[in-house]
Amino acid sequence: MAQTRRSQLVDPLIDNNPITLQVLGICSALAVTSSLKVALVMAIAVTLVTAFSSMFISMLRNHIPGSIRIIVQMVIIASLVILVDQVLKAYAFEISKTLSVFVGLIITNCIVMGRAEAFAMKNPPIDSFIDGVGNGLGYGLILMTVGVIRELFGSGSLFGITIMETVNNGGWYVPNGLLLLPPSAFFVIGLLIWAIRAWKPGQVEERQYKIQTVEAH
Amino acid sequence: MEGLISLAVKAVFVENLALSFFLGMCTFIAVSKKISTAIGLGVSVMIVQAITVPANNLILTQLLAPGALAWAGFPDIDLTFLGLISYIGVIAALVQILEMVLDKYFPPLYNALGVFLPLITVNCAILGGSLFMVERGYNFSESVTYGVSSGFGWALAITAMAGVREKLKYSDIPDGLQGLGITFITAGLMALAFMSFSGVKL
Repeated sequence: MAQTRRSQLVDPLIDNNPITLQVLGICSALAVTSSLKVALVMAIAVTLVTAFSSMFISMLRNHIPGSIRIIVQMVIIASLVILVDQVLKAYAFEISKTLSVFVGLIITNCIVMGRAEAFAMKNPPIDSFIDGVGNGLGYGLILMTVGVIRELFGSGSLFGITIMETVNNGGWYVPNGLLLLPPSAFFVIGLLIWAIRAWKPGQVEERQYKIQTVEAH
Repeated sequence: MEGLISLAVKAVFVENLALSFFLGMCTFIAVSKKISTAIGLGVSVMIVQAITVPANNLILTQLLAPGALAWAGFPDIDLTFLGLISYIGVIAALVQILEMVLDKYFPPLYNALGVFLPLITVNCAILGGSLFMVERGYNFSESVTYGVSSGFGWALAITAMAGVREKLKYSDIPDGLQGLGITFITAGLMALAFMSFSGVKL
């Protein structure tokens, strides 16, 4: 049992990552990664919500009628998100301003719903909790990687601390402004997917059309 | 009136929900393989957005905002913290009602859009539209305009994306980029193109 729990926790990190393989929860992954601090807060928030919503839904799974399960899941998730939102507003007001609507959007983050539907409805609470943590961490890992790349090369700093002195402040590094703009997140994630699939060729998708090689005469 | 037009243009191009706020990305990536399905989903999102944003605006101003319950004799109550759960409830309920109405009165439309409607409840573009409405303090007429035009912007983006992807499947792409990877990069290039609208002053 210990082995499977461990694999539940570790699998979603790379082998079955929610963002790069399951294509879940991309919306917020792109929007909040221009600075590392915000990405970290978002990753923690999503992990907490996924873990606890999976646990509660799994506790209730035998009592939820099938036809209204989506609404019940929504209510549980929305309550948890309100909790996170209120805590952020109370203790980290600046960050909650930067995150603006994206905290609320954790409700519709497909990772939370996806894990609730695919895993928590069929498995006992503790397993669901671990699965939730694992998927939250897998999401967080991608978020942090993108955050590091974008903040380091976009503004020459990490967590707001200057690593590479920029030209404007008399240093040597010319910041790449593109990385602070929203489209760069697409490029970074696209290249990240390429890197992961180059490392794990099992994840490569089938081609719809093959290119035929023609014999030269 | 002028303000509303500029709001509409801004919501379609400059602040496109899909390409500058990344809302509804999961469906944007997953359902953009064919133009016909993309148009179907785009139209459904537009309809739902046009109904839910004004509806949530009414919920906010009539029930949740500080002092909104004065008509019921509770002038001191501030229920804004219940916002998230009420908006998602309204969205889920409206999508369900829309599905039933379409099924009963417009069967051809239901057959075309039916499969997409359940997807829309969990589409972040819909909830995002309502949350932006709250954050920017739109009044009722502004929220009607914003709902319609932001939905249209999203539909436009997903249709364009599907057009690109239909051509793209014939091209020779490196193995690792096949599928999801190249889709992300295409979306990035489209987002860059849409950014050129940001200089437009109205």
